[in-house]
Amino acid sequence: MSKNEFGTSGADLELRGVSKRFPGFTAIEELDLTIPAGSFFALLGPSGCGKTTTLRIVAGLEEPTTGRVLIGGKDVTDAKPFQRPVNTVFQSYALFPHMTVIENIAFGLRRRRIEDPLGKAREALRLVELENVAQRRPAQLSGGQQQRVALARAIVNRPALLLLDEPLGALDLKLRRQMQLELKEIQAQVGLTFLHVTHDQEEAMTMADTVAVMNKGRIEQMGAPEELYERPRTAFVANFLGQSNLFGGKVVSSSDESIVVDVHGYRVEVPRARSQRHSGEVAVGVRPEKIELHANEPVPASGINIVGPGRVTDVSFSGVSTSYQVSLPGLGVVTVFAQNRSFGPVVHEGEQVWLSWHVEHGFGLEDEPEQLPKFAADDDTQSIAAQRRRQLQTELEGA
Amino acid sequence: MRGFGRYALAVYSVIALTFIMIPIVYTIVFSFNDARRTNIIWRGFTFDNWLQVCRAQDVCIAFGNSIIVALVATLLATVLGTMIAIALVRYRFRFRAATTLLLFLPMATPEVVLGAGLAAQFLAAGVQKGLVTIIIAHTMFCISFVVVTVRARVASLDPALEEAGRDLYGSPRQVFWRITFPLLLPGIIAAAMLSFALSFDDFIITNFNAGSTMTFPKYIYTAAARGIPAEANVIASAVFFLAIVIVIVVQVTNAARRKRLALR
Amino acid sequence: MAFGAFSSGAAPGVATVQEGPRRKSRVALFLLLPGIAYLALFFLVPLISLLLTSFMAPREFGDIGQFDYAFRWENYVKVVETYLPHILRSFGYAAIATVLALIIGYPLAYFIGVNLRRFPLVQALALVLVIAPFFISFLLRTLAWKQIFADEGPVVGALNALSLMGPGDHITGTPAAVVFGLTYMFIPFMTLPIYTSLERLDLRYVEAGGDLYASPWTTFRTVTLPLSMPGVVSGTLLTFIPASGDYINASRDFLGSTETAMIGNVVETNFLILQNYPAAAALSIILMATILILVGAYVRKSGTEDLV
Repeated sequence: MSKNEFGTSGADLELRGVSKRFPGFTAIEELDLTIPAGSFFALLGPSGCGKTTTLRIVAGLEEPTTGRVLIGGKDVTDAKPFQRPVNTVFQSYALFPHMTVIENIAFGLRRRRIEDPLGKAREALRLVELENVAQRRPAQLSGGQQQRVALARAIVNRPALLLLDEPLGALDLKLRRQMQLELKEIQAQVGLTFLHVTHDQEEAMTMADTVAVMNKGRIEQMGAPEELYERPRTAFVANFLGQSNLFGGKVVSSSDESIVVDVHGYRVEVPRARSQRHSGEVAVGVRPEKIELHANEPVPASGINIVGPGRVTDVSFSGVSTSYQVSLPGLGVVTVFAQNRSFGPVVHEGEQVWLSWHVEHGFGLEDEPEQLPKFAADDDTQSIAAQRRRQLQTELEGA
Repeated sequence: MRGFGRYALAVYSVIALTFIMIPIVYTIVFSFNDARRTNIIWRGFTFDNWLQVCRAQDVCIAFGNSIIVALVATLLATVLGTMIAIALVRYRFRFRAATTLLLFLPMATPEVVLGAGLAAQFLAAGVQKGLVTIIIAHTMFCISFVVVTVRARVASLDPALEEAGRDLYGSPRQVFWRITFPLLLPGIIAAAMLSFALSFDDFIITNFNAGSTMTFPKYIYTAAARGIPAEANVIASAVFFLAIVIVIVVQVTNAARRKRLALR
Repeated sequence: MAFGAFSSGAAPGVATVQEGPRRKSRVALFLLLPGIAYLALFFLVPLISLLLTSFMAPREFGDIGQFDYAFRWENYVKVVETYLPHILRSFGYAAIATVLALIIGYPLAYFIGVNLRRFPLVQALALVLVIAPFFISFLLRTLAWKQIFADEGPVVGALNALSLMGPGDHITGTPAAVVFGLTYMFIPFMTLPIYTSLERLDLRYVEAGGDLYASPWTTFRTVTLPLSMPGVVSGTLLTFIPASGDYINASRDFLGSTETAMIGNVVETNFLILQNYPAAAALSIILMATILILVGAYVRKSGTEDLV
């Protein structure tokens, strides 16, 4: 794309063997990534996982230690930020405080000597529904308005690639929800390639077509949000995207359809296709909402895993659902979410229960079982508190 | 900025800082010159000038006058300026804009005008020039700088702290001396140090209002034509070293305090 | 930095029940009155006194230095006729020195305020070096330059040896030497306020500029420089105002000669030596009025009106 014309659609982004080492630590290890044109791609991970560094390398604000960056098939690794067809919505928005809103938006257009910068800027302002604040200074706007101006300032340039650096982080919950929907709508309207960096799994899943989960400088797993959630490949993904109950055990039998794992004497079956390892010691898991509680021992049936009896150690009600902690000898604590379809909890603290889930809901991880984070066994007060907080947060965000 | 540009800027800055230091180093070096009458040509290294500073009696008298003037002017300006600064931030009153302008103008007026104006008034009033007139002049131009410095500190002070003091049964007087004043103290000290430096180094205003009284800068100005004794360099160098030590101590304590606060 | 602190900042009052409005205004009066009265007496009244003096007429049959109050506006015509070169020289030298100090000080302030951010200790040290000149008599510093540039000094010697200067040429006593001295003297006054505004500059704005297709130079011009304007304005005022009234550098005993005399020199001569007080006063008034007009226009043009 030449400097003086608008891109008409997004372009592919390709990272080839990109790594970034800072003195003392490695931010990114050998990253290969292709983001097809026109997609909404999210890089998801905890702080310090290298996602922001990746974004800054794409924007040209950092130089990769090794590897190449290609946009629309063109190598831009050595191009300076201002030479790249890329725009960023910064986490802090970085709206120029000495310019009016409209001048902020027209800034990039003026630099590229595009005709009628003010007209185009006004159009962009209309897109984010802020025509009435054109002459104000950024400091006179609310957080949500600033965010929209930052977005308008970036998309008005019709970049081949739009980078979003946790742009919703500073907004409160309700506004964030609203902006998520608007962002997605705008992306559909302008048809650009969006690369969105966030640590908010909910945000990544609602907005992106494709999510890449990053951890310690590597991409752990990449795919559509449903796929990542339903078939996590690693313990990290299983726990970073929602919650999971994970068990370790030895494969005792396997068929074409499934493998059977012996977990402390319980027989847990997992579909072969949903499992990364098929022999030896393996780690398997199931999502809390997939588990059913039973007051009496259920009749064994094919296609159903049953464990129990265990004791309910905690019941916490949160409106839509109730979360139960069930302690099972040998297995540790298992979390179960149940929809509140009837009034009050189904079972109470101290009661004896059995758990069951459909075989096709289980998944097998590629991690060694001994490397499993000990979520199940963590029953000291601190981790319970932390878990409860996490839970509350996800529920709050769902509200 | 990457690569070449950054190095060029670093090299440039080193050169610029060196340039700033040249006459300072020159002055210090020549305080060790074995000069006889004039201290222009290097004649060899000696400690004599440092050991017998008051051999040049005039220099020492002028220096003593400068210290007296700076101390008294600093005290007066700091008290008056601090009071104004507190009033400006904490109270609303009529003529506020006029007051601000009155404080701004002395800083925007060239020293010759300040000096000539005051001298014209002393002349009209028939006041004999001397130490007192110098002190009056110095206090006048220091007040504005004190107000500016202290005012920044008052403005950054959370009024809730004083309210908390009142809430905890402090009388207005107790609240001021036990809460407001200690919190303002760093700003007041900074203002006092600035005043002292301004007064000590002032020449132009002094020249118009000193009569026959000598201050250190005035001595140098008068002696410049026939040559400055090396003892003047000694005094200037000693003041310089003392000031640098104070600045470094303040910097280090500040850094240490910030670190302590950060650790908490 | 001094001017920057003069921005408006209405702070919340600390009204409480016991302190009624009358009591409050009495406290404010008590705090303000001594200082304001002092400034009125020793700053405002002298200015008026200066104005009155500038119109004075020589006493009939009086001695030198004896004048009576009058309205001799011809005094102004006379000083302008006599000293126009000095007046023009003053503002010319001051303007050149201000521009030079800005050119020298800005990159230095940028390096210390931006590039040295990651090294706080080095930054603090560099800052101490910038303000070091404040701690040593400016007269001695100027004399040091005089001796370095003297005819028998090292610089002239070297230039003579390289045949870049003839035997009859001098450095001291020339306009260039005076401008050099003024520039040197005010570099810290220029550098410090610019440093203060650059040190607070959020570098993410610079990144955003690069992201929006501005080259480093364009980013500097459109983002960094405007955001550091308050510092630049403070620095230029802190340089231009005292420089135009300075008479040390231009003095014969320092870096100047009779051909380089500025307003300050003639005010001093008229006041302290010739005892021609009306002329000195008229020159002072002209200097102050010109500066107020120039500064007012400059502040308005640079768009930082919240300065006062």
